[in-house]
Amino acid sequence: MGDAVLLDRPDPEAGEAAWDGYLHLRDNPAGVTRDLWHHEAGCGAWLVVTRNTVTHAVEGAELAEAAAREGQA
Amino acid sequence: MRFSALKILREGLSGNRGWTPHWRDPAPKAEYDAVIIGGGGHGLSTAYYLAKNHGMTNIAVLEKGYLGGGNVGRNTTIVRANYFLPGNSEFYSHSLKLWEGLEEDLNYNVMHSQRGLINLFHSDGQRDAFARRGNAMINQGDDAVLLDREGVRRMLPYLDFEQGRFPIHGGLYHPRGGTARHDAVAWGYARGADSRGVDLIQNCEVTGIDIEGGRVTGVQTSRGPIRAKKVGIVVAGRSGQVAAMAGMRLPIESHVLQAFVTEGLKPVIDHVVSFGMGHFYISQSDKGGLVFGGDLDFYASYAQRGNLPMVEHVMEAGMTLMPMIGKAKVLRSWGGIMDMTPDGSPIIDRTGVEGLYLDAGWCYGGFKAVPASGWCMAHLMATDRPHEAAAGFRLDRFRDGYGLMDEEGTGAQHNLH
Amino acid sequence: MRIDGKGLIDRGTRLGFTFDGHRYEGHPGDTLASALLANDVRLVGRSFKYHRPRGILTAGSEEPNALVTLHDGAHREPNARATVTELFDGLAARSQNRFPSLDWDLLAVNDLLSPFLGAGFYYKTFMWPRAFWEKLYEPAIRRAAGLGALSGQPDPDRHETAFAHCDLLVIGAGPAGLMAALTAGRAGADVILADEDLRPGGRLLSETLEIDGGPGVDWADTAVEELEALPNVRFMPRTAVTGAYDHGTYGALERLPRGPKRPVDCFWRIHARAAVLAAGALERPVGFADNDRPGVMMAGAVRGYLNRYGAAAGKAFVVFGNNDDAHRTALDLADAGLHVAAVIDSRHEARLSGPFDVHAGAQVIGTRGGRALEAVVIRHPNGRVESIAADCLAMSGGWNPSVHLTCHMGARPVWQEDIAAFVPPPGAVPGLIPAGAAAGVFSTHGCLASGAKAAREALEVLGITAAHAPLPEAEDAPYAIRPLWLVEGKGRAWLDFQNDVTAKDVKQAAQENFRSVEHMKRYTTQGMATDQGKNSNVAALAILADATGRTIPETGTTTFRPPYVPVPIAAMGAGGRGRGFAPERLTTSHAASLERGAPMIEAGLWFRPSWFPRGGETHWRQSCDREVRHVREAVGVTDVSTLGKIDIQGPDAATLLDFVYTNTFSTLKPGRVRYGLMLREDGFVMDDGTTARLGEQHYVMTTTTAAAGQVMRHLDFVTQVLKPGLDVSFTSVTEHWAQFAVAGPKARELLSGLLDTDLSDEAWPFMSCGEVRLSGIAARLFRISFSGETGFEIAVPARYGDSLFRLLVARAESLGGGAYGMEALNVLRIEKGFLTHAELHGRTTAFDLGMEGLMSRKKDFVGRTMAARPGLVDPERERLVGLKPIGPVKSLTSGAFLFEPEAEATRENAEGYTTSVAFSPTLGHFLALGFLKNGPERLGEKVRLVDHLRGYETLCEVIHPVAFDRDGGRARG
Repeated sequence: MGDAVLLDRPDPEAGEAAWDGYLHLRDNPAGVTRDLWHHEAGCGAWLVVTRNTVTHAVEGAELAEAAAREGQA
Repeated sequence: MRFSALKILREGLSGNRGWTPHWRDPAPKAEYDAVIIGGGGHGLSTAYYLAKNHGMTNIAVLEKGYLGGGNVGRNTTIVRANYFLPGNSEFYSHSLKLWEGLEEDLNYNVMHSQRGLINLFHSDGQRDAFARRGNAMINQGDDAVLLDREGVRRMLPYLDFEQGRFPIHGGLYHPRGGTARHDAVAWGYARGADSRGVDLIQNCEVTGIDIEGGRVTGVQTSRGPIRAKKVGIVVAGRSGQVAAMAGMRLPIESHVLQAFVTEGLKPVIDHVVSFGMGHFYISQSDKGGLVFGGDLDFYASYAQRGNLPMVEHVMEAGMTLMPMIGKAKVLRSWGGIMDMTPDGSPIIDRTGVEGLYLDAGWCYGGFKAVPASGWCMAHLMATDRPHEAAAGFRLDRFRDGYGLMDEEGTGAQHNLH
Repeated sequence: MRIDGKGLIDRGTRLGFTFDGHRYEGHPGDTLASALLANDVRLVGRSFKYHRPRGILTAGSEEPNALVTLHDGAHREPNARATVTELFDGLAARSQNRFPSLDWDLLAVNDLLSPFLGAGFYYKTFMWPRAFWEKLYEPAIRRAAGLGALSGQPDPDRHETAFAHCDLLVIGAGPAGLMAALTAGRAGADVILADEDLRPGGRLLSETLEIDGGPGVDWADTAVEELEALPNVRFMPRTAVTGAYDHGTYGALERLPRGPKRPVDCFWRIHARAAVLAAGALERPVGFADNDRPGVMMAGAVRGYLNRYGAAAGKAFVVFGNNDDAHRTALDLADAGLHVAAVIDSRHEARLSGPFDVHAGAQVIGTRGGRALEAVVIRHPNGRVESIAADCLAMSGGWNPSVHLTCHMGARPVWQEDIAAFVPPPGAVPGLIPAGAAAGVFSTHGCLASGAKAAREALEVLGITAAHAPLPEAEDAPYAIRPLWLVEGKGRAWLDFQNDVTAKDVKQAAQENFRSVEHMKRYTTQGMATDQGKNSNVAALAILADATGRTIPETGTTTFRPPYVPVPIAAMGAGGRGRGFAPERLTTSHAASLERGAPMIEAGLWFRPSWFPRGGETHWRQSCDREVRHVREAVGVTDVSTLGKIDIQGPDAATLLDFVYTNTFSTLKPGRVRYGLMLREDGFVMDDGTTARLGEQHYVMTTTTAAAGQVMRHLDFVTQVLKPGLDVSFTSVTEHWAQFAVAGPKARELLSGLLDTDLSDEAWPFMSCGEVRLSGIAARLFRISFSGETGFEIAVPARYGDSLFRLLVARAESLGGGAYGMEALNVLRIEKGFLTHAELHGRTTAFDLGMEGLMSRKKDFVGRTMAARPGLVDPERERLVGLKPIGPVKSLTSGAFLFEPEAEATRENAEGYTTSVAFSPTLGHFLALGFLKNGPERLGEKVRLVDHLRGYETLCEVIHPVAFDRDGGRARG
């Protein structure tokens, strides 16, 4: 469902560059990345999954809600 | 060396010993007028047109592996000009015209086959959306025909008109759409560029981009440093990594798209057919294999391979649409790295660094764009101004919201295009 | 011919079969190939390009030549390998790719033209004249291409897909795999043992090797007996594991034994915590001139046909190899009393004794014969050339471990010099451990040990300890080989037998600078046939290495990809057949609608009625126009259950709504309903709907049918990720409530008596909501209108839906109205300028839709910032308008473009397009909604609508999108 940067929604007045970065620009690493997954056919939970985009190895997963609370704390 | 039937005859009669290399293997020079990073379809066509249209022959293509080893070597070979949004419409139209003269231009048989392409639709709403697309194509000067159910049945009698989950209401037919032999396109452009003096350097990975005072001065490679005042980044799914060498972040996410081919069969599918209610499109190659694919696996990936859920979905779509392919056996599956943008449309533009140009964001539609992408990127690199056919492909359009080309209507989520 | 005393076949039973119309007999246990050989049938096919005669090469699924078409009619199966086709009584097989017959194939003339048809020839010609490519050259190429033909009819067979989970997946039931399964099974692990063949044993089935002093096949059968007695082990014969995927997932194709009412195969998705790859090894040919003649076979296959099937592949044999293993063929043949004319071993140091001539240091340089082998030409070490009469040449260039699955995730195999073969790269697939011949261990003892060890290692990672059991007794001969890829000399040495690629082609590719192994493969097509290079890859890359002055490891291999064996599309796509492809979602009024003869139409996965025909109506417009009139003049009833309904509760429910909608919901009073517009974060419209406030902290949101899932996902995202601190809960209740619209001037009349409430405008003003009782059932009532008439929507628990619908329709009919379907619903809303996803197509903004007034300036909401991007508020944008025809042509179409009346219909001149069109019986003319540059400022202007596809154009007037009842008084009445 997209890169985990989507967790960090900029302030509405943060300006063009911040919003362009939030919605469009991506590091797009060939390696470890954090992305968002949604358990759509199940409990509806959003997850932040730490994954390697080259090997597909999953290194970790946490509830997006937990990650979001931490980020906003 | 000029290719022709006569040449084949002469060589055949003398033991085939006279065939010369399709391209040289030169060592990289210390400096070029322009360097193109990426020896895939777009990189090679850019080099060709820089040489042919702009007389720039002191240029090099740097390819980290073997020429044409990326997406150009692993796609489903579809060539079409059926985009409907301004910006895309004129570009693909230009590309198709180039395709139509390509064999002659390159003196290489790329096996461009304008067998016709049909986009099926399965509801009135979908029909109207395809009507808009078809009318846009005709406004552009290209060709489109709206077929009703019976029209589709006459052309594609093997579709399931009775049992399918989603009934076939009709199709948008693009007679000039079709296929081409993907490897031949890359090799034809490579040979054409090389014969005009372009250096094609394989096994040469760019490891850094040199920038001084806001302008590009050259690149660092696994085969040594190379100076150049103009550098084009044409690396598709690897755009993020290469752009990072110039300190840039791009609006691109790399995703995997799978594709499949069956064993060779006698001719049974004479068109390119795409399903409107599931991710599936198919054609039959001149070697007899059914070549087909579906949608992205949806997770960011550089692995060039995907997983079974999408494999099965694609097969299921094929079976519900045309159950006669059931006994065709899948011979091979593979994947590529798709450079996905927030609106699903590409970028051919200058960057913030002077002399550094970007051609990327082709998502999974890059093959048909090979000629026009090269043509327009060459124009941009040579003149520092965008070609009018690619004027819409601005890097900044996401930031300012002008000229977005969201053909799917799904918005700023890279993997939804 | 058939040999007595050999073979695992049931000679007591005879099976009749035909090949190209000729009748033969075989036995249970035979494959089609073994039965053909037993009947001395040598010629079984023609090669792809040159149509050279082809005979059976191998005894396995890697077979490149013996591809046949089985069955007739819709059951026809092209490209079946005779080598793995189980013989059954009545089997009818036909050879492929030849005309008019296998013996006399006209296209064999291609072979005469071979100097002109070498690698890549088609790229160098067929370009002129241009029109000929599509008219002549390509059709000819396509007809010559391909091997078998599909029947063209829908596949009539049943296929299945299934899932399985286990601790350990053992791939291959030869000695290594059986030992691995025994080790793991005895340790109590949950094991799946899969083998491509129909019985266990792997290579043991083809050899005379002994285990524990008895025949290898007996040991294998006993092992499986033990395994099948264990409750934690499943043995899956006839099951080829086709691919290794992420996270321990494996795909496998199980072919089922024939039987009435049975599926023909099942595609498995197996999740294994660990796996052992005991897939064995495949023998590779040697390249020499005319090595493709029918009768030239793999040495291991020749003795396999003898030992497993009792079939002698000829009468006079020559064995040619570069390794000790090939000697076994000579010994087995001689033991069975067959005539071995000579053993040719390219190694000077080779030693072998038996009732045959042995020529060490010699090489085969050619073969003679027409459509079958008659003689083998050899060159002795001293240069002397000799011709030996033989009808079967058993060749062996060594063995290639079947590493494929270990390389499916992108790794490349590793060259091991001492066995002159590629072996699996360590750790390439997490959890997958190679064993036995697949790991480059070739002796029987070695395989047994390797299998046991691999299982122990795999289980250790899972925390399961497996015991070290003593291994059965078996031979442990070393594997001795000296590489020989190509015998140099005149004539064409064949590498890829199906695609007709020779050593010369590979060298020519190198000459033309296709030096990378990938380039060579694509240019020559070596390795691209149905065997995917199993018979040719290593030799071809060795020859390429030589031609380009590199070593084999430097040259490398091409990429290994699933599937390991070809899999029918119908097997992987078993779930998709017919209506099984996607769920069918039905409303509670579905049955009643069908009873009334309503044609049903897909709305996403839902089915909804298009119209409800009445007697005498022959055209849909009659029904639709009537239904529109019902609603405008009397009362209509329609099922609106498919719209998404989300129940939202909690102290922060209003805050959530204020954040996801552009307009404000915290100011909405309980008992009231408000239209809401929802944007994506990029500022474009995602969806719209009405949200009702049923209580202080209780809202019910509606979405469009199309976007219900997307909105749910969005709410999940907002509440979990963007605003995790909100105290709110919500759930989808779309299927819980059956909801019906009752619309028209007589709506109140219809509902009074049914509901326990006063329905006056004072009690239930426009845009009000609340709980009511209907015949004692707790229901919800909303006074909202998508038709523009006085309207209510009544929601009841879904189980009452059917009966309520019937009741409402009956009452409507008694009031001069009735049920209405999607067509009428669409006309009504177009007359009122209400929007659907035809207008909310993902590229329109609130500004485009004339709804900028709904964008609150006082709060942040999703999409607010990005909606303010200059490109999204440019007045030049195409914005919502209505259109009515004023020219001579009175109809309008959707998807047409709008131009200035005098402008040419080109892309540059296009100023807009239509999205929704309907004939309005209310107004007596066609109406359209669409988008036009600067639209709202151009009301009253004329534009030309051009629809190239339908061949029409007409002049239109730009009007306000609300064409009927502009100020909305009718809904408020």
